[in-house]
Amino acid sequence: MREIIVSELTRAIQELARDFARFLPRLIVLVIIAFAGWLVAYLLKQVVRSILRLIKFDKLSENAGASQLLSKAALPSATELLSRLVFWVAWLGFILLGVSALGIFGLQDQIARFFDFLPRLFTALFIIFFGLLAASFFSRATLLGAVNAGFPSARLLSMAIRVIIMVFVLSMAFEELGIAEQTMLVAFGIAFGAIMLGLAIAFGTGGKDLARRFLEKRFVRGNKEEENEDEPSPL
Amino acid sequence: MPKEVSSAEHTTAVRTDIKLTEESFLTDDFVRQLMSVGEIDILIGLPTHNNAKTISAFVAAVQDGILRWFPRERAAIINVDGGSRDGTPELVLNAAIDDAGGRIFNRQTLRTLPSISAKYGNSVERGTAFRTILAAADLLGAKAGVVISPESTNIKPEWLPALLSPIYKEGCDLVLPTYARHRFDGLLISNLLYPMTRALYGLRIREPYASEFGFSGRLGSQFLAQNSWNDEAERAASEVRFSTAALTGGFRISQSFLGIKPHLERRAADLVPALRQTIGVLFSAMESTSSLWTSKSGSEPVPTSGATQQFVLDPVRINRKRLGEMFRSGVAELQSVFQSILSPDTLAELQRVARSESDDFDYSAELWVRTVYEFAVAHHKAVISRDHIIQALAPLFRGRVLTFLIENRNGSAEDVESSVENLCLEFERLKPHLLELWK
Repeated sequence: MREIIVSELTRAIQELARDFARFLPRLIVLVIIAFAGWLVAYLLKQVVRSILRLIKFDKLSENAGASQLLSKAALPSATELLSRLVFWVAWLGFILLGVSALGIFGLQDQIARFFDFLPRLFTALFIIFFGLLAASFFSRATLLGAVNAGFPSARLLSMAIRVIIMVFVLSMAFEELGIAEQTMLVAFGIAFGAIMLGLAIAFGTGGKDLARRFLEKRFVRGNKEEENEDEPSPL
Repeated sequence: MPKEVSSAEHTTAVRTDIKLTEESFLTDDFVRQLMSVGEIDILIGLPTHNNAKTISAFVAAVQDGILRWFPRERAAIINVDGGSRDGTPELVLNAAIDDAGGRIFNRQTLRTLPSISAKYGNSVERGTAFRTILAAADLLGAKAGVVISPESTNIKPEWLPALLSPIYKEGCDLVLPTYARHRFDGLLISNLLYPMTRALYGLRIREPYASEFGFSGRLGSQFLAQNSWNDEAERAASEVRFSTAALTGGFRISQSFLGIKPHLERRAADLVPALRQTIGVLFSAMESTSSLWTSKSGSEPVPTSGATQQFVLDPVRINRKRLGEMFRSGVAELQSVFQSILSPDTLAELQRVARSESDDFDYSAELWVRTVYEFAVAHHKAVISRDHIIQALAPLFRGRVLTFLIENRNGSAEDVESSVENLCLEFERLKPHLLELWK
């Protein structure tokens, strides 16, 4: 009895030792890949940071209004954030490669999914960044145009443009990520429709005098002459 | 149409061959017409668009000026038309020299004064029109050229010698006009373009944005070759670019007094395009000419025949209240934009001015100059879209205009001139501030 127990125990220990011996090289491979990955990710981070500084990405981000958002959220600058993101994504990618080398059943699919997801993540980030840039540009253009035309509530109009563009951009980004795709699509449709309907009603009822004045100024000659008396000729 | 001597035609044909690439935007028909004219001494460029009502008298005045003051020079009228639908080009073409000789002077001439017309598009594009005129001058080997806007309905034959003689006889390269203007007309020029150009380049040019001017063939050819004509924005503001090119290229510049500048109907909405065409160009030119203007200090007068500037004091109705409202709403609504452009001190000062009552309203010369310089630097550093920077200046300019109107409400012509001169000196005094920010 005792011998059987000792023999089984020895066999189990030997198997464990054999398994460990089989597993150890893979673990070492994981560590090596993770270390090499860290080095590559670090280099990549430095390169990305230098390129972003060279193209003055922080200024671009400031123009897009992204810097203000980051600052409010106590996050580092856009350049720093993006280079850190690249570092972590690259390193995580290497670690997952190493993990796949361990040959653990079921993990391979998850890792493959992660790598499939990466391009979509970057595309979504790209859409959001340039969406912010477009929203900032067009809302500022609207604000300036409205102020220079003497339009009341210029800031409100500019804000409306920003919101419409951001809703549109976010729905695009979520669609790209495949998160709540249908919900976002429906939400966007409802929000966009509501805004347009609201604007149409507001312009048609509350703004009818404004619309009349605008059309008169635009098409009735007498009012042009009246307007000429308002301001001296610049040139 | 009588032809010039064959040697001239030959010369033109050769020039056409050499400059084929440059002038490829000219239509074959137009080039053929130019070749039939041959080499000339003086070119008169008339950019038109639906000017049928006034163009005949206008061309008659031009012909009168040429025949009277340049009787022996070979000259041609080049009309470039932006798609007139009222027969303007035909009227220019029909105003033959024989008619002019009989109608204006009642005397025979021994020479011809050909008129050529080219349609460059279906809408007004001042840059394209100017380019066509310069290309024609270059192709015809004109020693001197003059561009006159048909909007200047009070043209006198004397304008021709005033704009051409300094070039043709004295070796100048650019002759810009000075006018007798209404004291509250052209405020963008008197309150911004003139003082800033003067402070930057050290020359007192009263009308850097001129609708009438004379130019030498040398300057015209160089500008034609160097300007970025494919860039729409640059093409649109070619007049100011032309003046700046002469200023920075070491060309000889002079001014000639042309009399009263007629009041043109312009709407408040015209301010932003006017800012783009003048200040936008000036700010852009500061980039490429920084080595020149950063080394200049003070200013010198430009040789001028006649008055440097005169002011007409007729009463005019201006809605000061609206100007004040647009300034105040601009300062309030565009705060986020101004935060990117202006220093905190300047912005705070502007907000203080915007809060002041109408009676105490004072957008001082010093604050205005600081504002403009900080806008120029923001444009240089492209802190936001450059076009947005120019647009953001519009409400502030209205504030400055309001102060100018208040200051000169009951002022004499001397008071107005003194006010403009003080502003110019302020621009010159604060130039170190600009240099410091520019670095």
